[in-house]
Amino acid sequence: MTTETVSRPQTTPGRRRAVSTPARVVTARTVRYGLLVLFVIVVFIPVYVLLVTSLKPASETGVTNAWSLPDAWTTESWKLAWESLSPSLWRTFTLAIPASIIAAVLGSLNGFVLSRWRFPYADLVFTLFLFGMFIPYQAVMIPLRQLTLDIGLPSGIPTLILAHVVYGIPICTLIFRGYYATTIPADLIEAGRVDGAGMIRTYASIILPLSAPGFVVTLIWQFTSVWNDFLFAIFLSNTRNGPVTIALNALAGGQLTDYAASMAGALITSFPTLVVYIILGRYFISGLMAGSLKS
Amino acid sequence: MRRTSWIAGLAVAGLALAACGGDDGDEEETGGTTGEASGEVEVFTWWAAGGEKAGLDGLVSVFEQECPDFEFVNGAVAGGAGSNAKQVLASRLQTNEPPDTFQAHAGAELTDYIDAGQIEDVSDLYDEFGLNEAFPEGLLESLTVDDAIYSVPANIHRANIVWANPAVLEGAGVSTDAPASVDAWLADLETVRASGIEAPLAIAAPWTQTMLMEAVLIAELGPDAYAELYDGGDWSSSDVTSALEKYGQLLGYANADRESLDWPDALNYVTGGQAAYTLMGDWVAANLDLEGMVAPDDYVYWPAPGTDGVYQWLADSFVLPVGAPNPEGTKCWLKVVGSADGQREFNVAKGSIPARTDADPADYPPYQQSAMEDWAQDTLAPSLAHGSAGPVGWGDAVNSAVGQFSSGGDVGQLQDALVAAAESQMG
Amino acid sequence: MRHRIKTWGPGLLLVAPSIVAIGVFVYGLIGSTINLSLTDRHSARPAENYVGTENYGNLFSDDRFLHSLRNLAVLTVVFIVGTIFFGLLWALLLEKGVKGEGFFRSIYLFPMAVSFVASGVVWRWLLNSAEGQNAGGLNALFGMLGLDFLQNPWWSHPTWGMAAMALPAIWQLSGYIMALFLAGFRGIPAELREAARMDGATEFQLYRHVIFPQLSPVALSALIIVGHMSMKMFDLIMAVSGAQFVTEVPSVYMWQTLLTSDYAKAAAIAIVLLVIVALLVIPYLVQNARAERGR
Repeated sequence: MTTETVSRPQTTPGRRRAVSTPARVVTARTVRYGLLVLFVIVVFIPVYVLLVTSLKPASETGVTNAWSLPDAWTTESWKLAWESLSPSLWRTFTLAIPASIIAAVLGSLNGFVLSRWRFPYADLVFTLFLFGMFIPYQAVMIPLRQLTLDIGLPSGIPTLILAHVVYGIPICTLIFRGYYATTIPADLIEAGRVDGAGMIRTYASIILPLSAPGFVVTLIWQFTSVWNDFLFAIFLSNTRNGPVTIALNALAGGQLTDYAASMAGALITSFPTLVVYIILGRYFISGLMAGSLKS
Repeated sequence: MRRTSWIAGLAVAGLALAACGGDDGDEEETGGTTGEASGEVEVFTWWAAGGEKAGLDGLVSVFEQECPDFEFVNGAVAGGAGSNAKQVLASRLQTNEPPDTFQAHAGAELTDYIDAGQIEDVSDLYDEFGLNEAFPEGLLESLTVDDAIYSVPANIHRANIVWANPAVLEGAGVSTDAPASVDAWLADLETVRASGIEAPLAIAAPWTQTMLMEAVLIAELGPDAYAELYDGGDWSSSDVTSALEKYGQLLGYANADRESLDWPDALNYVTGGQAAYTLMGDWVAANLDLEGMVAPDDYVYWPAPGTDGVYQWLADSFVLPVGAPNPEGTKCWLKVVGSADGQREFNVAKGSIPARTDADPADYPPYQQSAMEDWAQDTLAPSLAHGSAGPVGWGDAVNSAVGQFSSGGDVGQLQDALVAAAESQMG
Repeated sequence: MRHRIKTWGPGLLLVAPSIVAIGVFVYGLIGSTINLSLTDRHSARPAENYVGTENYGNLFSDDRFLHSLRNLAVLTVVFIVGTIFFGLLWALLLEKGVKGEGFFRSIYLFPMAVSFVASGVVWRWLLNSAEGQNAGGLNALFGMLGLDFLQNPWWSHPTWGMAAMALPAIWQLSGYIMALFLAGFRGIPAELREAARMDGATEFQLYRHVIFPQLSPVALSALIIVGHMSMKMFDLIMAVSGAQFVTEVPSVYMWQTLLTSDYAKAAAIAIVLLVIVALLVIPYLVQNARAERGR
């Protein structure tokens, strides 16, 4: 006796159910991939224009032929953009890296205390921190400038580091607080307490080792927002001691713009943050999944 | 263990605060308390790139020769058509770290700074450098506020010029000479449209439209009544109403995408043959030169129709801020700015004409030569769009009203807004 | 009592520097801004009198301000709907696990890494409002693809122009919202889905009754974050259209007002913006705090 088994498509958790016929599954999958690819193209449109324009000689650039490939490919504008931007590029690293790390560390400490170690009115303090994210900074630029002058910090990178750390505290605290609230059970802290561990010991031996995903999300977020900031940069520094966004603005902001150089400059300026996202993007997502931004 | 926690907590608190307050490095501050010692002169402008920068470089080269004890420091901030620079400047003036000198439009735009006591009276420098003799009467009058002068102009630009494409005009059967009045211009525009050019008048974002509106006001009201408008005159008069109506008609011949253009784009419509006319200041001449265009073959220009004999002026000038770190350096800079050599180097590169009357036209390209002739004899009229007629607040309110009109407002609304703007400034 | 202080004391100390920093740099500055908004400082000269809420009254009878509020409303709604739509769509497409998920995720996420100053350079071109023969940017693309009917004046349209201004922002932030939703989806236990399937639920019902309700905290935080970014949007608008009437929002109006040295009015606009953001955010924060107390 032969047994005929009706072949059923495999069901693994997360895959489409077996009830659909194979043809429908294939169509659904094609549609899905089709959409995904379509969106990739759509998302790339601005990048295409940036690239193509940056490789044209200045005379060819113009809004009406934005889509056409260059008649004469040239890297002239890239060289020009690089010359204008490179001094401030290195400076911007000296701004973004310390600012991100310090803000992240503070965020971690704050997040730990506010979610797990706690003190009276900790939630109120957290809410007040959060509210600080929402002020429109243009309004406070003049008093802010006065404040940083009074503190005595030299203008440029040192002042910007201070500003970005302070204004980064709320978001970093938010990220870590959510992360610790979801991933560190309160019992773990209790157990540590019972063993006689103080706050620092608890942080160093229990919390810190588990903090990597939180740090990834925070560092990426902070690095990107510091690298890309323009407002604080023009008020608290100048073209000689400021970050690359000022230099890019000088390149792209005049009235008789060299479009090719501006677009090359935009690409150059975006490169470090792009690299950060491409390399660490996966950790960004898994950091988010570990509850960093959950309520 | 608990004690350690406390100590550790204190330590972190202490460290964090120390990190905040400790870096008294030896980096230069903007506006430099080190200015005096090393003879730096920080010149604050929005001329960060392109043709604007070329003029600045010209000044700098003369400065280096005439003021060898001092060192030029470029404090330019780009973007927002000068608005970024103005914001940063305002914050620096408020916090008492002014640059050694800064760029400002001469005329009424300086009112804000004068009122706030932020710039010095430089009348004695005028005496010292002999500028009272070198600059024309009309200009000196416009620059004087309560018997004091607060800035040294580097150049004079003219705002009321129309630039046209002769090929397009000839193709439509229209003369390449200036129309005698706004009405004649409207008729010509209709003719050009009939020949297939849908939008014969190329104009750009609201501030350029304000320039067009001002040119119509000058033509319809005459230069004196027009200047009166900025000095207590009546914006609600019926003369103004009919002028605004003609402005509205002109706008009907303009390109629909004007909001998203800047003046070079509008100019490109003309040189590319998609439009016949554009109205813009004479910095256009330098642009056209760069592109290798020659009048009258490739382009023609004339004072805006109805404004022949009126020189609507604006001037880039430099000032001496109160509390400047290196006033001696600034004075030397101002001397260069007002000098014949300085003005020549600056203006040849920038496309404007010197404010001085003793300049040699032979040094200059053809457009500037004709402009210098006009400058010597025309009636002066101020420009709100470029700061010689009123303070920034007025210009901003008018630009907003004009922008609203452009995106579908009516003349009544425009006029009301203009009246309100004048009231809030004069009141 | 002393024992209890010993418990939470260190925590408070640890957070103290942040509290001080936020207190000074955020609340101190908000305070001085509120103070300024109650004076008659309409020029660079020092203020002379307190005028109570006169500046606020003037704002709300100022057509230009009301117009800017309307623009802000259009911008915010389109921005929120757009990012949530695309973010959710992409998360849906990816959440079941597709080949190359990492690739697609990175592509959708990377626009976040680009600064508005840089992307403004190219979006200025893309949103150019010339149509037909002179078309540039997206209008030209539509023309080339035979989609002429899609050509439109983009942001220079008097009534709906701000919807177009939201496009660059949607491009930049949909990936972030996608990441939030993906994290949310992945956070739903597989057993929950299996159980629903066992009960005979269709895919649609599964999403509607099981998955989406679980996502509402994520959706809410996405809404808050995107909403508040929209209120503060400034760099983008300045880069694409410059400061002009048709695209004016309160943050741009405030910038222009600062230029005219009308400090009291600018401060009033800033506080109004702050209040609007607060109205959006405080309910979230309150609900957040309550939910946590219940944990």
